[in-house]
Formats: sequence, structure tokens, C-alpha cells
Amino acid sequence: MKTKIAFITMALGFSLVFAAALPSGLAQESHVGPLTGNASSGKPLYKRFCIGCHGPAGDGQGENAPWIDPKPRDFTAATFKCRSTPTGTLPTDDDLDNAVTRGFVTTNMPSWNPLTPQQRADLVAYIKTFSPRWKTDKPGIPIHIPAETPVTIQSVLHGRELFQKMECWKCHGPAGHGDGPSAATLTDSKDQPIRPYNFSTGSRFKCGQTNQDLYRIFMTGVDGTPMPSFADVIQPNDAWDLVHFLRTLQTMHTPELALWQKYSSEHASEIKPIGPDAASGGN
Amino acid sequence: MPRRFPIGAIALRWSLISGFCVACLLLLAAFNRNAPTAQAAPLPGLHVRAIPAFARKYGLPCSACHTAWPELNNFGQVFRDNGYQLGNERDSPIWQNPSYFPITFRITPNWHRESTNNLAVDSIPGGGPGSTLVAGTVQQNGFDLSGMDLWSAGTLYKNISFVLLPSSDQNASWHFESAFVRFDNIKGSSWFNVKFGKFELDNLISEKRFLFLSGNGGLYQSYHYDVPGTINDFGYGDNQLGIEIAGHSRNSYTRYSVSVLSSNDGNPGFVSGFGTPANRGYDVNLAFSQAFNAGSLGLQRIGAFAYIGERPTYFETSTTPDGSGGTTTLQLVGLGNKPFYRAGVAGDFFLKKLELMPLFMYGHDNPYLGAGLSSQSALPPGAKAPAWAGGLLEGHYYVNTQNVFFARFERIDVSQQPFVNAGFPTDYGNVRAYSFGYRWYPIMFSRAGLALHSEYSIVKSNGFLPLSGDGSGLQIFSTANPVWSSSVMLGFDFDF
Repeated sequence: MKTKIAFITMALGFSLVFAAALPSGLAQESHVGPLTGNASSGKPLYKRFCIGCHGPAGDGQGENAPWIDPKPRDFTAATFKCRSTPTGTLPTDDDLDNAVTRGFVTTNMPSWNPLTPQQRADLVAYIKTFSPRWKTDKPGIPIHIPAETPVTIQSVLHGRELFQKMECWKCHGPAGHGDGPSAATLTDSKDQPIRPYNFSTGSRFKCGQTNQDLYRIFMTGVDGTPMPSFADVIQPNDAWDLVHFLRTLQTMHTPELALWQKYSSEHASEIKPIGPDAASGGN
Repeated sequence: MPRRFPIGAIALRWSLISGFCVACLLLLAAFNRNAPTAQAAPLPGLHVRAIPAFARKYGLPCSACHTAWPELNNFGQVFRDNGYQLGNERDSPIWQNPSYFPITFRITPNWHRESTNNLAVDSIPGGGPGSTLVAGTVQQNGFDLSGMDLWSAGTLYKNISFVLLPSSDQNASWHFESAFVRFDNIKGSSWFNVKFGKFELDNLISEKRFLFLSGNGGLYQSYHYDVPGTINDFGYGDNQLGIEIAGHSRNSYTRYSVSVLSSNDGNPGFVSGFGTPANRGYDVNLAFSQAFNAGSLGLQRIGAFAYIGERPTYFETSTTPDGSGGTTTLQLVGLGNKPFYRAGVAGDFFLKKLELMPLFMYGHDNPYLGAGLSSQSALPPGAKAPAWAGGLLEGHYYVNTQNVFFARFERIDVSQQPFVNAGFPTDYGNVRAYSFGYRWYPIMFSRAGLALHSEYSIVKSNGFLPLSGDGSGLQIFSTANPVWSSSVMLGFDFDF
């Protein structure tokens, strides 16, 4: 009997010590839709799927990091490119889940959609253990995306004016090929060279593929990169016009591109080039 | 202060556990040392799939695509279904580092022990005067090599993928285990993909990616079983030659495939598995599976399959004088095709770290195939359509990404013998098989793979030699008694 009591006492003691020794970060949770993710469940998943690039410490220094371009995300900095929240703020759990689910096109980060939603929620919870910022700050409030304005040639042309006026072409290039005059000089927040997005490379953006995603990208900015937030610079209607113009730079067949091609074939002589030679922008 | 995984402590603990397992298996192997020895029992070619070349290409650890390599997890399944593409616009060869070469090899140096009883052996070694055939147990053990896979796969272009898998036995006798080109996401739809060449059937439970390597455990009995005495060479686990149309949902939760295949069990050169000429027929394989998410338990999958085929019962021949007064008859083309089918259901269920894979399979052959008779002749009295029902239950326990315990039970019951009243026991042809083992992956990164593999397996086959390589070529002593065949294997399974 004494042996039994001693055993139970020891077990309780060890349990208490073990509980106290648990890293507090592993109590981190995420809330993605109806799911609650747990960092303790996310840890083995991180080790299985993510550690090779993002590293054991989540600092983007995994064994493959030296060979990867762009570099893996450093979770210890808690700076995330794709957010629904204003620039400088933490993303929501849904933002992180979307990023894990979607992956990042033209990078080494694949879509982890084959994982179950619960697994992704657990991973999000674990990712949040790498930076103390998740304990001190709250995620920003997602920006409001107003209803999209109609796609018209006037909207596309105004967007083109804004592309010139706001000097987007300096980085993204006059044709959106990521080859503007400033492109070669750009670095990210870790002083790594970074290339502006080349709109002709595909149908998707790193942070999504819908017009709403594109709107969100330049209203929230892409934190950690030279791409700023334009939330305080342009009005929502102007932003939609810019979205409609950017769609014409892609190689996919879009309503915007169809409008632009029709217009440009009929008014070729009226169209001014984008770039330094354009005196005052516009078409 | 960044936290790090306690790699050292875990490695030490699991190296102790693995050492214990190895010691246990070595003790098992020491049993029955008085049995006479015979020729070395061959270990079947591995023909298993794990491709560090992909890990090198994408910088992902082995564990990203495999529960425990070579078995695929759902991420690996999606990658495979999508034509070895991640879909991140970095799949085409044009994005590859020029120094990258998509070649992987895999081989397993090992020590193994094979033992089979109820074999006919000489009472006096050498078979001298006074020697008679008696029932004996043949046992052999020693260091050995597995076969080797030299495996290349990848993309030729966006949405055009390929596999080329030359495979050898342990004596470096090579054949093409797989060779196909696949057109992926035709018309932009994941539901329409076409594969052409030699490939594994779309099994929910893949024998090519399972964890078992030993002589008796290294195959699914049901996938290679034909009722003893039949002239059917078909094995559901054998790669087949043909064309496959397949599709899947974006996350591969829903999958289907339809294959049209040559009726020769995947043997090139219009030759059957028996080395005789193939027929001119075609077989069809249908497979469907559906996965569903069970929350924290993990992903669950169920599926069904059916294979409908035909095999020849006689041959078109050419009989010519042999120059010594006799004649020589050459077999030219298989004729008189008679049908057979295999059908089954399977599942892949996760209970967190525990994976359970049940399979039920039913096989049915035409009476002519069972009797081994030409369809030009009448069936003898008592000839029946041989039929059997088989199944297995396999379990894996993933302690973590680097340690997995696995076990399997298999059972095959002959429900209809090829002949009634032929003098065989009613359980003639039945099979029971048991396997278990443990694999430790001391390294887990994106360049290469290494596993310490330990396994024990034992098969009981009633009245005939087991399907494994063990004991092949020897004569069974008594068909009235079962044959027990066991394997112990310890090896270092590595690929690069």
C-alpha cells in the first residue's frame, strides 16, 4: 500500500514539474473558422512539413534556406506579407491559414491544401509561438473591401493613369514585367535582394488570385518588402480602377484585358507609353 | 531565446528502443538452428518508391510527402496525382538548378534469415544410397543485398510528367518496373489525366510503397494470389502495361482511374508471366476512392476496385521437324481466352498516430483457367470456377517522423477449389500471414534517406509453397500439411 501511495505521489509530482516546465508558447491557440488550433499539435506537423525551410527555431534558417530564393519566412520577426490587416499589424489567424493553404506562387512554398483544416489550424497556432509579439500585440482589424466597381474601359484607363502617376512602373516596369528602373536596387527588411512582382508570369499573385485579393494587396501593403500600403493615398474607387488596369498586364484572358485590347487597337495613336517619357501620365 | 527540438534526447531514447528491437529480432533469429541448410533463399526485389530527387528539387523533407518513406501521405498523393508538380510555377524543368539531376537509387544491405518447413529434403545429404525424401525444414541466414531501384521521375514540361524505373534483383538482373509518360491536368482539369506505359495499378493500399521488406512480408499475399493449379498469371500487385485515365479533386480527396491493360501481367514483349506467348486481349481496371476529414483524428479514406481480365487457355502453334525425326512445337499466340476478375474494398484510416489499413478482396477465375485446360475441350466432371476471398489488416504506429512500428495480418480462404473431390483438404490453398517490424529513420532531411529496418514475418500456406521467394524451386513434402515459412530481416535501407 505504501508503495502504491509513493508511486502515485511521485507520478503527481512529476506531472506538476512537467506541466510547469512546458514552454508557455505551446499553449498558443489559433482560431480559424470554427476550428481551434493547438500549438502542441502543430509542433510535430511543423517538424514534419516546415522545418526544412523555416528551421527548428522558425527563423527561416532551415537546412534548405541557403538554396532558396526568395528566402523562407522568419516567423520570429512576426512580419507577414499577406494580410487582411493594415500595414504593420499582425495578421489574423485566417490570414495565416490562407497563406498555408494557398502557398506562395513562384516561391518554394507550396500549397498545403492537402493537409486537413485542423492540421493547418494547428500549424498556425504553432507558428505563433515563435515570436513574443503574439503575446503582446493583437492582430489588426481586417480592412474593409468595398464592392467592386464595374469593369469599364474608363476604369482601366484611369487605373493606367494611376499606375503612371503613383510611379508603380518604377518597380514593376512599364509593362508590369518587374523590370522598372528601381527594380535592381530593391531589398527586403532583411536586406535581401527582392524582385518586384512580374504580372506576366501567371494567373496568380502571391497573396491570392481574385480582384479582391489584388485590392487587398495594395491597400495593406506587403510588409517586409518595399511594397507600401496605399490605403492612405488612394480612394477605394481609384483602387478598383488600378486593379482593373493591373489585370490587363497579365497573360490570362480577363474581361479587363479584352476591353483594353479592343480599345488599344482602335485608339493606338492616342495611347501614351508608361514610364519616364510620359510627360504627365495618362493615356 | 529560440527554442529548439530536443533532438539529442529523442535520438538517444529511440536508438535505445531500436537497439532493443534489433536484439529481440536477433534472438528470434537464433531459434531453430538445427535445421538443415539449403541454397540461399532469395529476397524479392523491393520495387519500392521514395524519391529523394524530388526532395532535393523542392527542398522539402522526406516527411512532407511520406508518413514514413516510402508510404505516401496525402500531400505526397496530391503531388503524385498532379503529375509530380507542386503547382507553384516552379515545376517545369526550366526552373531547375542545372546541376540537379532527377535520379534516385535505393538498396538495402541486410542480414536475413529464412526458414521453411514441410519441404522434401534428402534424408542423407547428397542423396546417396539409402537416402529418401523426408519432410525437413530448410533454413538459411546471412548477410545479403536487396534488389536495387534506379528511379527517375519528374516533369518533361509543365503538365507532362514521366517515370522511368529500371529495377534489378540482387544479382543486378535488370528489368523495367515502371516506364510511363503522363499528360496532366488536360484542359486545365485535375479530373482528366492520361498515363501511358507501364505503371502500378491505382491501389489505395500500395504494395510499392509499403514498409515491409522481408522475404515473406515483402508482398501482399492477396495481390499475388491465384488458387494453386490455375493457369492464371495475374497479380494485382504487379505493374501493368497499358493506358490509364485518372482524375482527382484538387486535394485528392476524391480519386478515380480507369485503365486498359494488356492481358499479360505487365510483361513486355508479348509474353505472359509464365514465359508463354501473350494473348491479344485487354484487361480493365477500375478504382475509386474517397477521403473525408475526421477532425483531429486525421484524414480517412475508403475505396473500391475491380479488375476484369482474361487469359489464354491454348496457343496458336507451329510444329516443324526438329531434324532428328521428331517435331518441335512453337507456341505463337495465346488463344481461347477465358475471363477472371478481382474485386475489393480497402480503407486507410488514421486515429491520430495510428494508421489502420484494411483490405478485402475477392478473386474468381473461369473453370478452364482453374483446370488448366484448353477451351477447345470439354470440362472434366468436377471442374469448378476457382474462387477465393482474401484480406489484410495493416497497422502503423508513427511515434514521430523518425520512428514507426508496423504490423500486418493477412488471410486468404479458398472458397471454391478448381476440382471437387480431387482429394485435397478443404482448406487446401488457404494462407495466413503475420508480419511486424520497426523502422528508425536517423536522418530526416531533403537530400537522402536512411532507415534501420527490422522485421519478422511468417506465412502459413496450406499444401503449397508460400508466395514469397523463400523455398522456391524446392518440392513440398506433403500437400496434406501446411508449409510454414518465416523471415527475419535487419537492414539499412537507404536511398539518395
